[in-house]
Amino acid sequence: MEKFTQHTGVGVPLRRSNVDTDQIIPAVYLKRVTRTGFEDALFAAWRGDPSFVLNQDAYRSGSVLVAGPDFGTGSSREHAVWALKDYGFKVVVSSRFADIFRGNSGKQGLLAAQVAQEDVELLWKVLETRPGTEVTVDLEARTVTCDDVVVPFQVDDYTRWRLMEGLDDIGLTLQHADEITEFEARRESWRPATLPAKHLPPVEVRPARPVVGVELGTTRRA
Amino acid sequence: MAGTLAEKVWDAHVVRRGTNGAPDLLYIDLHLVHEVTSPQAFEGLRLAGRPVRRPDLTIATEDHNTPTLDIDRPIADTTSRTQIETLRRNAAEFGVRIHSLGDADQGIVHQVGPQLGLTQPGLTVVCGDSHTSTHGAFGALAFGIGTSEVEHVLATQTLPLAPFKTMAITVDGQLPPGATAKDIILAIIAKIGTGGGQGYVLEYRGEAIRSLSMEGRMTICNMSIEAGARAGMIAPDETTFEYLKGRPHAPEGADWDAAVEYWRTLRTDDDAVFDAEVVLEAADLEPFVTWGTNPGQGLPLSGSVPVPEEIADANERVAAERAIEYMGLTPGQPLRSIKVDTVFIGSCTNGRIEDLRAVAKLVEGRRKADDVRVLVVPSSARVRLQAEAEGLDKIFLDFGAEWRNAGCSMCLGMNPDQLAPGERSASTSNRNFEGRQGKGGRTHLVSPIVAAATAIRGTLSSVADLGPDVPVPDGSPLVRTDALQTA
Repeated sequence: MEKFTQHTGVGVPLRRSNVDTDQIIPAVYLKRVTRTGFEDALFAAWRGDPSFVLNQDAYRSGSVLVAGPDFGTGSSREHAVWALKDYGFKVVVSSRFADIFRGNSGKQGLLAAQVAQEDVELLWKVLETRPGTEVTVDLEARTVTCDDVVVPFQVDDYTRWRLMEGLDDIGLTLQHADEITEFEARRESWRPATLPAKHLPPVEVRPARPVVGVELGTTRRA
Repeated sequence: MAGTLAEKVWDAHVVRRGTNGAPDLLYIDLHLVHEVTSPQAFEGLRLAGRPVRRPDLTIATEDHNTPTLDIDRPIADTTSRTQIETLRRNAAEFGVRIHSLGDADQGIVHQVGPQLGLTQPGLTVVCGDSHTSTHGAFGALAFGIGTSEVEHVLATQTLPLAPFKTMAITVDGQLPPGATAKDIILAIIAKIGTGGGQGYVLEYRGEAIRSLSMEGRMTICNMSIEAGARAGMIAPDETTFEYLKGRPHAPEGADWDAAVEYWRTLRTDDDAVFDAEVVLEAADLEPFVTWGTNPGQGLPLSGSVPVPEEIADANERVAAERAIEYMGLTPGQPLRSIKVDTVFIGSCTNGRIEDLRAVAKLVEGRRKADDVRVLVVPSSARVRLQAEAEGLDKIFLDFGAEWRNAGCSMCLGMNPDQLAPGERSASTSNRNFEGRQGKGGRTHLVSPIVAAATAIRGTLSSVADLGPDVPVPDGSPLVRTDALQTA
């Protein structure tokens, strides 16, 4: 993972609360088996609207997203983080993040910077008054700077350290493989295992077929 | 030291305590895998040359993408097919047990774990799916994770996790007739908000929770994530043990006795302290329905669409305006006047056998409203087989509903089961986000019996709206105890 200490880029004001992960990337885009190439899927439903913030030239090249409270709620899909990263975002600023989204961000090197809602309002004001204004996010100092607005942000110490060092979680954990093995030796024997597989006798599952001759909803898709 | 249920389960799984702000390293007892959030994780293992550390604590199934029609034919959508084929290849390569489409044990991952008896009290359970909170109904600490974490668990069978706070949600008294587990959780989310549980593990307690069947408890824990919570839990009791006993992976003989003895210790100590407490009176609850585009935007069915000007909080007001516009509703419009195009009965929230029985009981001998499409999608193939053994499939077909194969289906519309733009559904699923059930689709979250009444009348309805001759279900579990019971 790349080390993250400071980033400067165009700020994008997303004046919405409860931006759930279905809005960040709709489920139809989750079928790919790769980890990259999701940039076109970001905010797919909103991108069709010419007035949407990312469709305005001044914000198109944005890399710091400033959103309302409860960003990243809903589905655990890490694709939401990949889509933001693939588009070019390095930082999301919000007054409150969903837990799973925050965790996913930290693992992928996307900084989820939590600031007070009144500070989000200040940032929105600058970014909307002067579209294209750059924002500097300093992870070392934990500040977001945008013109004359300088606000502090919160990020937990452990995530900050990992981001600044560019460390990979699995590698860190495997340094403690002996302790995992010791723990496994202490586990009770009755705890369940998936193998060898046990189940009820196999039974044939009949495939359902499209219903013919039944009156369906008039708005039904062909 | 006195502890809460969640703290006890956490403490029993700490491999290594974090110091200086580092998270604890927690052991994971059960890892559930599906096709959508796993391909990149297996790819990561392959690139790093790492094996799956404990294939014997891992199980995979196909659910999010799978069609619910023509399951014996090649999947028409090529990207869905690729994802499912990728999971099958990965399972074979890494030695992971898989239940594929057409197998009697295939189904929504959160139904498969419980029905096989793999989900047990006191376990840590993870899955790359936010509704993993479902398994908390057994007194397990169960939560959704992202794909990087899926890879981490596959490689190490552990996860570094930051500590959580605990919230007690007590539901006192008994539910009135017509109100169900779904109405309890929708009321809780409306009360504490979609961010109200953030950073917390919720523990549901109180008489109304204790009276619920395992199916009802799963419905409640399932939607903990919609309140923003890390997880939801319910202390195990006789209802839990009875559900588990005799299931394929439940402990047997002396192991069963040892397990039950331990499971009985899994309760919050009387003198333990929660970080937050919320209390609801079950008697005050009535059938609940969402009017907006997040699960916190819900009201009793007897209410009306909110009038934004009357909402004091500026953020909530803007959100309500936007939601009402998206949903195509009028402020002040009675919720009962809302006409639907589709009724979806299914999902990991309400696609279990008890839900299907409750619906069948109401629709038996009736015809659905004209112009309403009714989809019934069991949560697993075993649930489908069980329902067929009880003759429920005939009841649904005679009603005019479509009886489908198992999967996530229209809950998130990754397969062909989607709403068309502007189409409106009453759905027993868990999310009413914009476009969740299909681009431009409009979702009202409801309980199974409200879904059934709505399918009969064509507008959002409760059982009471069906007339004085129809007895209103009192919430007692519709459980059969005969040998057929498999799901």
